[in-house]
Amino acid sequence: MTPGGPIPAAAAARPTAALPPRFERPGALAFLIYVVALAFFVLAIEGSRISVTGFLEGLPHMGDLFVRMIPPDLSRIAPIGQALLETFQMALVGTALGVALSLPLAVCATSRLSPHPAVYYLARGLISWFRTVPDLVWALFFVVTVGLGPFAGTLALMVDTMGFCGKFFAEAMEETEPGPQEALSALGASRSGVICSAVFPAALPSFINTALFSLEKATRSSVVLGLVGAGGIGIELKVAMDLFEYPTAATIIICIFALVLLVERLSSYLRHRII
Amino acid sequence: MALTAVDAGEVAVRAVPTGTARPGSDKTARDLAVRGLAKRFGAAEVLKGVDLDITAGCSTALIGANGSGKSTLLRCCLRLLEPSQGSVALLGQEITALRGAPLRRLRARVGFVFQKHNLVPRLSALTNVLHGAQARHGGPRCWYQGLAPRTLRDEAMHCLERVGLADQAGKRADRLSGGQSQRVAIARALMQRPQMVFADEPVASLDPAAGEEVMKLFSDLMREKNVTLFFTSHHLRHALDYADHLVALRGGRKVIDGASSDHDMAALKAIYT
Ligand SMILES: Nc1ncnc2c1ncn2[C@@H]1O[C@H](COP(=O)(O)OP(=O)(O)OP(=O)(O)O)[C@@H](O)[C@H]1O
Ligand SMILES: [Mg+2]
Repeated sequence: MTPGGPIPAAAAARPTAALPPRFERPGALAFLIYVVALAFFVLAIEGSRISVTGFLEGLPHMGDLFVRMIPPDLSRIAPIGQALLETFQMALVGTALGVALSLPLAVCATSRLSPHPAVYYLARGLISWFRTVPDLVWALFFVVTVGLGPFAGTLALMVDTMGFCGKFFAEAMEETEPGPQEALSALGASRSGVICSAVFPAALPSFINTALFSLEKATRSSVVLGLVGAGGIGIELKVAMDLFEYPTAATIIICIFALVLLVERLSSYLRHRII
Repeated sequence: MALTAVDAGEVAVRAVPTGTARPGSDKTARDLAVRGLAKRFGAAEVLKGVDLDITAGCSTALIGANGSGKSTLLRCCLRLLEPSQGSVALLGQEITALRGAPLRRLRARVGFVFQKHNLVPRLSALTNVLHGAQARHGGPRCWYQGLAPRTLRDEAMHCLERVGLADQAGKRADRLSGGQSQRVAIARALMQRPQMVFADEPVASLDPAAGEEVMKLFSDLMREKNVTLFFTSHHLRHALDYADHLVALRGGRKVIDGASSDHDMAALKAIYT
């Protein structure tokens, strides 16, 4: 062993015990499941009518559409701006209401804090129901309930936010350290005292993060809600497309893009500032 | 030899400074009376019928090997754990019979200092101390120092001063050192204006110098306010120096119960064998 001499070859180290196989051989049932899943996927490709030629043939139309959109028509910028503002207002208020209502709901859906197991399961069920029904369906439902316009959209966004925030708020609270909460119970604090002075402060960064994501999500959704008459800029886009006013549609799309981008930038700035 | 249970008869109660004595307190008053306390976790029997008396104004150390049931005993006394059997009379009230508001009112008069300070990490030292008053003042006043009335903020600041941390009042609890955190936890217990304080290995996570300092501060504060102290420790020196009375557990049973002056190091070491 001279210093700087050759390193001993690693090949010398051979285990005497047998190596495990590189891949586990699947059992008969697992194999069957793989085959069925693969067959279903092949059928799904068929079912979705995916077609390369169809896409290639459509490309010129897309190019044509782009050409006809240029230059964007700015003559209707004032009403578009108005609708855009309304869209963001719906998103903001819907998110704020949703976040506020999510807090008590999420407390009920946190096993350690829930007042009763029945309340816990009820809250969990409510949250997953809010989440699984798509926001467009909520919008249709509220249009029937409170009539056309932004109020219906705001309610739809609120319920959608409750489904999203309720789940993540509850998760954040489940993950808080039990120590400080136990210390507060030990000194005679009430349940609301423990929740407000130990659980909420510990979960706050996560709450803010979730609420900001929720605002981004609501901004994107609020654009679509207009399609079913629940207020916002969506209806403007649909009308422009239906009337073949492509330059106006281009302006609307650019405005939507700018709004979504702005909200995302703002939310990531706030996230870094606060957390 | 020293493993026989000594009757808790004649405990030298230190002189109670006149003026600070609680109304109705006398030399024979018991702040804690435990009878036949048993605790099972599933099949494991962790406490096997413990009887224990703690005299008001007296300082008692609880020692025993890892897993002998010290923390479990302390928790059962405040019903942070539900005892499986037996009775616990804390400050003259049977705690196993209480729930809701009466239980909270009783807990309010008893401090608990944990091995891991258990402060709320994102809140300031001052707010954490203020939390000690939550049982006395319901509602949002004691959730956050900004919402508290002047008198409570003054009192919390005074408690921080007592543990020498007035200059750290605005600092977040998770930015404090281990010794500082433990002192804030002690200040929080002081804020309760407690009659009795439990402490589960209050200095076990501190370095020897800080541990000595915090233990001395803790003991002095409790003596000065004539607070009954019941603490566990693996430092036999702390047990002998800071306690008037010693209790030892071994496998969930009480094996020593007597004045600390009656025991020496060698006798105490025997319980760990
Ligand atoms: N929540 C629990 N569930 C099940 N077993 C538990 C629980 N808490 C404690 N135990 C068991 O009870 C026994 C006593 O634990 P305890 O924490 O009271 O001991 P200790 O004397 O405080 O020990 P240490 O000196 O390590 O702090 C241990 O064997 C432990 O495993
Ligand atoms: Mg312990």
